[in-house]
Amino acid sequence: MTLASMARKYEQRRVPRITDGERMATSAMIASLAAEGYDTVNAPFGHALVDLAKKDDRIVGLTADLSKYTDLHVFANVMPDRFYQMGMAEQVLVSTAAGLAREGFIPFATTYAVFASRRAYDFIAMAIAEENLPVKIICALPGLTTGYGPSHQATEDLAIFRGLPNMTIIDPCDADDIAGMVPQIATHDGPVYSRLLRGKVPSVLTRHKPDYKFQLGKAQMIREGKDVLIISSGFMTMRALDAAERLAADNVDVAVLHVPTIKPLDTETILAEAGKGGRLVVTAENHTEVGGLGEAVARTLLTNGVAPSFRMIALPDEFLEAGALPTLHDMYEISVDKVAERIKGWL
Amino acid sequence: MEGAVRTVRGSNMTLAQRAWNIRRKALLMGEVQGQGYIGQALGIADVLAASYFHALEYRAEDPEWEGRDRFLLSIGHYAIALYAVLMEAGILPEEELETYGMDDSRMPMSGMASYTPGMEITGGSLGHGLGIAVGMALGLKRKKNPALVYNLMSDGELGEGSTWEAAMSGAHHKLNNLICLVDFNNQQADGKSTEMLCSEPLEAKWEAFGWHCQRVDGNDLNAVVAAFDKARAVSEPKPRVIIFDTRMCKGVPFLESREITHFVRVEADEWSKALAVLEEGKPQ
Repeated sequence: MTLASMARKYEQRRVPRITDGERMATSAMIASLAAEGYDTVNAPFGHALVDLAKKDDRIVGLTADLSKYTDLHVFANVMPDRFYQMGMAEQVLVSTAAGLAREGFIPFATTYAVFASRRAYDFIAMAIAEENLPVKIICALPGLTTGYGPSHQATEDLAIFRGLPNMTIIDPCDADDIAGMVPQIATHDGPVYSRLLRGKVPSVLTRHKPDYKFQLGKAQMIREGKDVLIISSGFMTMRALDAAERLAADNVDVAVLHVPTIKPLDTETILAEAGKGGRLVVTAENHTEVGGLGEAVARTLLTNGVAPSFRMIALPDEFLEAGALPTLHDMYEISVDKVAERIKGWL
Repeated sequence: MEGAVRTVRGSNMTLAQRAWNIRRKALLMGEVQGQGYIGQALGIADVLAASYFHALEYRAEDPEWEGRDRFLLSIGHYAIALYAVLMEAGILPEEELETYGMDDSRMPMSGMASYTPGMEITGGSLGHGLGIAVGMALGLKRKKNPALVYNLMSDGELGEGSTWEAAMSGAHHKLNNLICLVDFNNQQADGKSTEMLCSEPLEAKWEAFGWHCQRVDGNDLNAVVAAFDKARAVSEPKPRVIIFDTRMCKGVPFLESREITHFVRVEADEWSKALAVLEEGKPQ
């Protein structure tokens, strides 16, 4: 007996979705995010944590069988006695981190974003956030950065953690953000959830703004422009900057405001920039359209009486497909081509 | 370290008297609220008396003293019992007893670290305590602090997968500074624990998970004390667990014989009756 809603769902996949162009192989989880034209930095999180731990003996690292996939192996290799392999057990991973924080340590706990946000949530909420403990949860595979399908695609992690009081949330764009963030979140006396890009991570922001430095809680203008203001986080800031260069060729002048701290949101800078008038405001995020940066910005604007023309670029409220990331980024319209195309269409 | 503890324990009071005092205070708190997890409190009173007046090192005047043994109440709803023993130990002022569960009280119905001195963690979301205890035990070892971590949990929590993640982890990390206390009253919200999700054979499970395991009558003070002593004396590099078979509502026979539920119903006029019955059984 099969429910009608379940019957032969796979049959619809007989119809090819890709009608032109080549078919690519599924993007594995170890693959770095493709970023043509940018220099890359190897394992910026792991190296930044080692640098910090050399100066601060309260730093310890924990993972749930994903040190290699979160760049924590760099720390584990240099400081094996300060590294805890917790095995494939995310609930005890974060509970143990809470216990270590109670005893005065600053634990950095790593796993994939899906496992932290879905499986370990109650433990993060009660053992860590409710008690405002300084546990730093650092998670790879944010949003659509793997082609493995919904089991590994954390498309709603920011929405989940935004609802949690005390939680500071970071969605870094690149290697500069990650290296800059590590010491700053360690100093922050409270829990932090940060998305992570791992492996060979592009260095984006300093190429566009040479004096850029990550500042916890601050949004920063990376590029000025008079026609469009893109407010973005994570690697979508890279997409926004690349799209802006492309649009410049069509005489569309695009500004990019990078918002790596999702919570607390830098509402002051967002309101100041969005309130300047005359620009289309577009939010861009590697996250479902529900409960992420776009809705946070919309709320900020509306409750403060700032009402520019407003559009959102985000992932749809769906379980996403498996496949190759370039294919998927085009399909869900977060590739450079699609971002540029959509913005042009809105003008 | 020793001297401070003696000031707490240095009275002539027996553990039986301490346990009786804990039961009495819990009933008084229940009377204030007209409700409470009194069945659990009466059942666990002997274990708590042995914990705070035999096993644990602490300083009543300094609940955050670095050398203290950590006592984690994973079962947040047992707070009424822990408040009673914290008052008995002089950690929590007895004057606050009548505020239990009221607005603005430091003693909420479910225990939280940010409300109450001596409450190490925020429990209540069941299955959390043992994992936190693993982290604290690891942290104490990093600091070369010889204190022990005790985690008091319930048989119901044995159904939570996180308990077993933590159990495996405690053994993997050879946490000989971790002692888990399981209150086996065979009762949870919907009925008997063993009829909800049976955890038996329980000793074999803990042993298979790499723990030193004992199972004793949790309402037999001599057995409870001997189990604490043995748990602390184990020389093998492994964590220890003591399963205490306890009787809900112990010490108040007319409640003991009632068809027990997780949240035992006590009528308004029965609190004073329960206190009077307890008074009859007061140890000399």
